[in-house]
Formats: sequence, structure tokens, C-alpha cells
Amino acid sequence: MGAKTLLSHSFRIAWKDLTELFRNRLGLVLLIVMPLFMMVMVGFIYPSNGTVNNLQVGLVNEDSGFNNLNASQSFIMGLQAINNQTHMLIISNVSSVADIRDMVQRGDLEGGIIIPSNFSTSIMTGQQGTLIIVSDESNPQISATIQGVLKTVFDEMGTAVAQQKVQALNVTNTLAVVKPFNVQTQGIVSGNPTYFDFIAPGIMAMTVMMSVMTGLPVAISQEKEVGTMDGMMVAPINRLSIILGKALGQTARGLIQGIIILVLAVGLFGVAIQGSILLVFGLLLLGVFAFVGLGIVITSFTKDQETAQMLMMTLMFPMMFLSGVFFPIQQMPWYMQDISKILPLTYASDALRKVMVLGAGVPQISTDLIVLIVFGVVMIAIAVPVFRRMMTR
Amino acid sequence: MANASIIEVKNLTKTFNKFTAVDDISFDVKKGEIFGLLGPNGAGKSTILRMLSTLARPTKGTATIGGHDIVKDDTEVRKLIGIVSEKMIMYNRLTAKENLWFFGSLFNIPKDVLTKRVDELLELVQLTQWKNAQVGTFSTGMRQRMNVVRALLNMPQVLFLDEPTLGLDPQSSVEIREFIKKLNRENGATVVITTHMMVDADLLCDRIAIIDHGKIEALDTSANLKKIISGADTTIIKLSIPNLSSVLIENLQALKCADAVTQENSTELKILVHGDEAFDNIIDAIRANGGKISSMENLQPTLEDVFLHITGHQVRDSADQKIPMAHRHFGEAPRRVR
Repeated sequence: MGAKTLLSHSFRIAWKDLTELFRNRLGLVLLIVMPLFMMVMVGFIYPSNGTVNNLQVGLVNEDSGFNNLNASQSFIMGLQAINNQTHMLIISNVSSVADIRDMVQRGDLEGGIIIPSNFSTSIMTGQQGTLIIVSDESNPQISATIQGVLKTVFDEMGTAVAQQKVQALNVTNTLAVVKPFNVQTQGIVSGNPTYFDFIAPGIMAMTVMMSVMTGLPVAISQEKEVGTMDGMMVAPINRLSIILGKALGQTARGLIQGIIILVLAVGLFGVAIQGSILLVFGLLLLGVFAFVGLGIVITSFTKDQETAQMLMMTLMFPMMFLSGVFFPIQQMPWYMQDISKILPLTYASDALRKVMVLGAGVPQISTDLIVLIVFGVVMIAIAVPVFRRMMTR
Repeated sequence: MANASIIEVKNLTKTFNKFTAVDDISFDVKKGEIFGLLGPNGAGKSTILRMLSTLARPTKGTATIGGHDIVKDDTEVRKLIGIVSEKMIMYNRLTAKENLWFFGSLFNIPKDVLTKRVDELLELVQLTQWKNAQVGTFSTGMRQRMNVVRALLNMPQVLFLDEPTLGLDPQSSVEIREFIKKLNRENGATVVITTHMMVDADLLCDRIAIIDHGKIEALDTSANLKKIISGADTTIIKLSIPNLSSVLIENLQALKCADAVTQENSTELKILVHGDEAFDNIIDAIRANGGKISSMENLQPTLEDVFLHITGHQVRDSADQKIPMAHRHFGEAPRRVR
């Protein structure tokens, strides 16, 4: 049988699968709603750029002064001046350290600042003035944020004080003396990528994977269970047409979902695509191809739809979390990084991210491409004989 | 070539793990005949059909259809056959026309021929006015008709039907039976049909193979099968006993002359008996147990009686007890917890 007949039969089967899909109204709605939920969820629950505002902080001033001079007063004024611009903190006066602890425990405060009794004395006698930051250990993230914010504020105030002192020495650029190093951060593309820019390519890759892996058990096992597969099996067609047709149908389905996500990401969440949009489509297609083989292998090994879907779920969850879709792989311990390196989703989302966020071209993502192609080919090579054997038991 | 065989089956065997579903069977089907495989559920009928229609591989043995081996030349075999499965082979979300189009397009039928054929087939089963409705909305009878014509798209020389009247109301069953007969008469198609319905087998089939536990127990025309009973000096009697008791039935079963005793309802018994003194023995036994006979009738043998005579149990019995039957048959096979 010629390649033309083989392909024409596969197209028929794919067409049939897609017609069924488009006639299923609720299924079609879910096909769009699922990626929408995914995007809205990750798009809105994750904070963009660490903009934390209005943290409740208590201030205890125990400073006893030095020769009627009170350094803490000018410090507090400076602190309030800076905070009026940034609104990061809401500062309230608290009478004692014990009160801070009590209020943190009750949840009224998220942290505290203590100015010790010897603050003025230290500064006036030429020593360092010490400030104490009280943090809420039950909430490490907020606690770290407060520490960061306060350190920045104290740092700025310290610099201002130092500049005043240095000015007395007749130096033209006081800042160069006090802070000889100035640090600036620059990305390799213009603009200011948010966490959402980081996560959108991963979500795309993941949705495409989920679409294929949940669609295949239905497409194959259900036909087996209902008996319609027999109708195709008794036709004088190559077994390969059935696999190809099924794969084509699922690819189209996955691609549709991927495009929905892309449109949502760009239209609703303002994600900018730095690289070629064609390359993005190409990558989505390649991602689908890589998972189709895996999906067929799993479906062939399982007896019914239910088992197939359970097995798919079992495989999908680790993939979702270990493939760097939500968390950078570099954060993981080395053994987890090793596992993530064998998952195809890692490469699909990595390549998509490089193209979408960094504007990479084919040469920059060649490793990802090769891994995905090899994985897909190997899986299809396993899938075809396994599928044939399952079909004629 | 009226008597040439179109299907030749030799020592066909199929085992699933340790369970032998089809046990070394051989038979021929002549071109143009309606051949019935009669037996209870789980007897192996469907497995035979699945092997012949290339959907399952035989463990041992061979079979040819139109001279083509069902394993080596499966593609050639598929061109010759059509199968009406017990399961409905159709997609609920496609229309009647689309369903037939889809399956037809897998047979390399030229487009114009296929278009015409789809219309003809829909007309044949009076579904033309519903051709653009999704088959999911069809009644069971309509679906079964669809299921049958789907198998006719490639004008098969051999049509396999797996329990075609299962779950149908009497009227639809009659329609399907008439349709199968018409196909056989007008198109000269050879029909192989599996059933556990005696009526189907009796009314439709030229020859019947009685299958039990994966083996062919008897193979002949309906009339000849019935002669097994009359020829074997076996008589079927129907007895009405108002005060029927289980003790009485047990005692009758113990009698040497009684081949089989079945209870028809609360007062009636059907007994297959043989031997010259059978009547006397039966009547004596009933009297001895205090039974009163209100009527006694001599029955013409039916296929049901033939089945009972050959296998020692009723088709219905085992059909209703598919699982215990299978277990008994599994023998020492390990129990699997799923």
C-alpha cells in the first residue's frame, strides 16, 4: 500500500476525531476554559516584581539621648520622609520590645524596629549606631521582605549621614567616596519581564502536553472499549494509518489549545514575544510530537481508559513541577535537577521561554530541539510495534 | 461451484492465559450458506468470529477465507468480509451519513461509487430521512440497522454477525432476520452468525454448529439435528403436576431413563427420556413421591431440546450464569484480583 493511501486514511481518521471533538460542545468549551483558568490562576496569584506595600511595622524608641542631643529623632524623621515616598511600611509607635512580640503574635504587626538606649551615645562618641530589626519567623517571606526593605532604608540614611560628614572634608563627589561602587542591572532584551513572562511559555508547553496526554487515552482506549476500533481494524488499512490518524487529531487538538494560551497570554496579560512567532508555533508542534509517542505507548500498555488516564496523571504531575514550568530548575537540589533533565517538558518549556522572553533563534535552542526530536522519534519507534501488538491480541 | 467452501477452519485454538476459549475446532462453510454458531455466552462463539475476522490471532491452527490465510493475508481477508459486532460500531457524534462515509472511505471505494452506495444502504434500512441526524439520537432498533449496513459498505462476500438480535424487541428482531435472509438470497453473501437464541438459529441457518466450552458438539442442518433426538429413541414429555416438589424433581433426575429434567414453571416439567419402559418408570416415580399428574404431553423436539440432549444443560441456564460457568471452566487457573 502506497504512502499516499496511508496518509489519506490517516487524514480521514484525524478528520473523524476532530469532527467528534467539535460536535462536543461542552468539551469544546472546556478546551478553551482550561487554559484560561491556568493563565488567570498563575497570572494573578503570583506577585509581579516584589511590590509589597503597607507592611505593619512597630517602632520602639529606647534611645536615652546624649548631652541633650537626640540622634534617634532625626533618624525617625528621615525614615518617615523616605517611607512617605515609597509607602512600603506603616509605622506605628510601640512602647516596649515585649509589646512588639505580643503584637506580632497576635498578628497586628509584621515586624518591628528597635532603637536601643545607647543609640545617640554611640553616634556622638564616634561609634556605629546599632538598629535592631524584629522579624516574624512564622512568615519567612514577609520577614525577608521587611528585612530587605528596612536594610535598604537604613542603607540610604547611612549614606546620607556619611555624605554630610564627608562634605566637611571638601570633596567634590561625596558619593564616590562614601559608595565607591554603583551597581546597575541590565537584561539582554529591552523591557521589564515579569514573573508572568517567565511562566507563560511553561504553561503553554504544559497545556499542550496535558492536552495530548489526556486526549490520547480517550481517543484510543475509548474506541477500544466501545468497539468502534474494531470497525477500523477490519478495514483493509495499514495499522500505521490508525496511529498516524490518532496522532494527527491529537496534535491538532493540542495546537489549538497552545494557540488559545498564546492569544490569552499576549492579549490579556501583555506577554511580549521577543522571538519569531513561527518558531513558537514550530516548538508547540514539536512538543506535541514528543508527547504523542509517549501517550500511545502508555495507552497501549493499559487495558482500559481509566487505568490509562490514571497512569497519565501519575506521569503528568511530576513533569509539571520538575520541568521548570513554575519554579526555576536551578533552585532544585542536584538530584531533582537530574530528574528534570530527563523530562521532555523541561526542554519544551526551556526552548519556548528562550524564544519568547529572550528572542532566541534556532541556533540558540538547538540542544532543546535535538532532545525533543530524538525523544519523539524514539517514542514513536516504540509506540508503533507496541500498538500493533495490542491491537491483534 | 455451489458447494465450494469459502471458509475453511482447521484445528483453530485460542487460549487466554490458561483458559481455552476455543478448543481445536475444524469446520467448513459453503459459499452462499447461512451458517450458525449456537451456544451459551462464554462458549467461544465470539472468539471464533473475532479470529475469522482478523481481530484476534489464533493461538494454534489456521483458517482461510476465500483461500486467504487469516493471519498471513489479513489485508486480503479484510477486503472480503464485513462484521456486525455485538457492540455498535458507530460514532454517536457523527451523522448516519458521515458514519457510513468514514468507514467506507477506509475501503478505497471510489468517491462516486461510495456516495451512491451510502444512499442505497440508508434507503435499504429506511434511514434516509435521518441521514443527517447524529446516530447518538437514534433508537436501539435504528442503531442496530445502522450497525448492520455499516458492514455492507464493501459488499462483503462473507458477512459475520455476532448476536445481531441481542437486546432487540421482537419486531426489530424479525426485521433484522428478514434483512439477513434477503442479503443472502439476493447478493449471494455467505453469512456466519453467532447466537444463543434458538429462534434465530432455527429460522435463519442452513447449518448449525452447536458450541459448548469451546468445542463443536454437533454440526448439521436444523432438521438433522432434531433427528438426533427422534433417532436416538429419545422422547420429550411435558408433565403437569399441581403438587410439584423439589424432592420429586431430584428423584426424577436420579432415574436412569431420564436424560434431563427441566422445570418450566411451578407446575410443569419437561423430561427427556429414553428406553421402552421410560413412561412406566416416570409415572411410578411420580406416584411413589405422592405426585398427581394432571396432564401429560408428547412434544416435538426443538433445537433447545437438541442442545439439552447434547450438552446436558440449557442454553439459557449458562447464559444467565456466565461468570460461574467461566470459573468452573478456569479450573486451576489462578484467581486474579483486579
